[in-house]
Amino acid sequence: MGGIGKPITGLYGVIAEFSDAQALLDAANSAREEGYTEMDAFSPFPIHGLAEAVGFAKTGLSAVVLTMGILGGIGGFFMCWYANVISYPLNIGGKPYNSWPAWIPIAFECAILLAALGAVLGMLALNGLPMPYHPVFNVRRFDQASRDKFFLVLQARDPKFQLDEVRDFLDKFNPREVVDVPW
Amino acid sequence: MATTKDTTPVHEVRPVTQELRIPARYLPTPTIGPGHSFATITDHISTIVLRRKTPIGWFIGLLIAMGGVGLLSISITWLLVKGIGIWGINHPVGWGMDIINFVWWIGIGHAGTLISAILLLLRQEWRTSINRFAEAMTLFAVASAGLYPALHTGRPWFDYWLFPYPNTMGLWPQFRSPLMWDVFAVSTYATVSALFWYVGLIPDLATLRDRATNIWVKRAYGAFALGWRGSAKHWLRYEHAYLLLAGLSTPLVLSVHTIVSFDFAVAQIPGWHATFFPPYFVAGAVFAGFAMVLTLAIPARKFFRLEDFITMKHLENMGKVLLATGLIVVYAYAMEWFYGLYSGNAFEGYMLKNRATGPYAKMYVALWVCNGLAPQLMWFKRFRTSTFWLFVVAMFVNVGMWLERFVIIPASLHRDFLPSSWGMYHGTFWDWSMFIGSIGLFFSLLFLFVRFLPMISIFEMRTLLPEAQAHSHEEAH
Repeated sequence: MGGIGKPITGLYGVIAEFSDAQALLDAANSAREEGYTEMDAFSPFPIHGLAEAVGFAKTGLSAVVLTMGILGGIGGFFMCWYANVISYPLNIGGKPYNSWPAWIPIAFECAILLAALGAVLGMLALNGLPMPYHPVFNVRRFDQASRDKFFLVLQARDPKFQLDEVRDFLDKFNPREVVDVPW
Repeated sequence: MATTKDTTPVHEVRPVTQELRIPARYLPTPTIGPGHSFATITDHISTIVLRRKTPIGWFIGLLIAMGGVGLLSISITWLLVKGIGIWGINHPVGWGMDIINFVWWIGIGHAGTLISAILLLLRQEWRTSINRFAEAMTLFAVASAGLYPALHTGRPWFDYWLFPYPNTMGLWPQFRSPLMWDVFAVSTYATVSALFWYVGLIPDLATLRDRATNIWVKRAYGAFALGWRGSAKHWLRYEHAYLLLAGLSTPLVLSVHTIVSFDFAVAQIPGWHATFFPPYFVAGAVFAGFAMVLTLAIPARKFFRLEDFITMKHLENMGKVLLATGLIVVYAYAMEWFYGLYSGNAFEGYMLKNRATGPYAKMYVALWVCNGLAPQLMWFKRFRTSTFWLFVVAMFVNVGMWLERFVIIPASLHRDFLPSSWGMYHGTFWDWSMFIGSIGLFFSLLFLFVRFLPMISIFEMRTLLPEAQAHSHEEAH
């Protein structure tokens, strides 16, 4: 957990709590426009445009799912072909050994299975989950982030991070409270 | 053309004219009751799970359902001891209630995936309050369905032979058989349904973790919540993954019952060997599944006071789906007659005559009443908006879809090409005990689910509130 511009100071960042989604989105957009780059927002439900506001746009999942799907499809097809044509040729009703239309359903199911596993495991892995401990959990009221409150954290590793400035900056958006987040 | 232009944006005047001109009955019914906030939604749904006192009705319900599980255990034990001879199957009817029940259960599961995936892609907002419940139903229906093919192999302890693995016998499964396709389709379906369900649960498990007061309860939900913290970056990737899963589940769910129908359509038995089986089976599956969702949602909504979340609009929409899919099913029944008569094939013709007038004619007539006539009530708003009538129609369809599989499977098998090989099929005690037992299993799992997990997706319900809409400056124009 190294810092980009600064060493770890014992402070993860400063967090502000908001009571509605619009306030959080406005604060996040302003923070980005102000030049902050290391931040994250937390909300009880997905908010359209919030990820972009904290400077995140590409999920990287499409490539994972496509790759897994193609691998699954080819793998499933190969499995049927290898088993019934190469390893143990089976003559069923005089059909050609490589009666490939019969391999399609299994190839399809394998493609879906691997793509779905790729979507779920890829989402968890790229999100860094499971992660039982995270500094924001130290915030007393953070359990409200899964109910009806909205949080914006500006991280200490941000090169622009100055504790007093950040506190003042967050105070401008009429938050419920602004608190420091220890590591 | 130099007249003064009205510069008022259209969207600012439209609501007023709407209020003035459009009678209330044409305005859309809300998908959530009035007066709710993020907090009330969260508290209402999570309290059902987290409260200390369990309603006595739940214990009674679970006890009855567990009785079914007991019956199932006894039936399976006896089956393992004696073999499948304890069932009513024999020549010429080799597939009896084992396969009827398998197809019935797996079909029921399809509505869950339809609601969670296809309606998501079609942006049907009303799906939100019923999707979690329907997905759970899918999982438990697939669990009940999976028992039957596994047990009807006769020697279930060799079921692993169905999977391709290098073995000392040097043998592989026969991949040209639809029965093998079925193994892959059903196991993929079970896996993907479980993934879809679990992914949908993660943010709600985090809510339960944060709301639980008992430390062990907190840890249990916390472990399954995987440390979810509602980060904006996580949400974006989460929604992307969820959408991709929906996109993958949609062709998957269509493929599952298509492949189940291949189990029949690829065989040459009159009554099975028909090209329209895949769409016929898929429509029947959705039909059966929506009936089951209604069967479960109507009592659950009353018992847990969820009328604000599962509104009349949801029930009415499900009634409409029931009608639409019911009509497709009726069309398929009619096509069966058309194909049989138009083909001029003696065996096809006899199959139809036997269905309508043979020894199982009563079931065929009952099938038409249940699936053909009863859903026609759904044409009328009065019946669609009455929980009583919706429930009655749903029960008719539940029975009707079971009868449909009976008519397709034993009623086609019992009189095929050679009159010398004709016979009759009757379910034995053990056939029925397995069936009742699997219903018990299904309901036991469902009772445990409503007690320990949120039966309505909390985070998705929050997005239905107008306060959930936030806009960046750039988008405002």
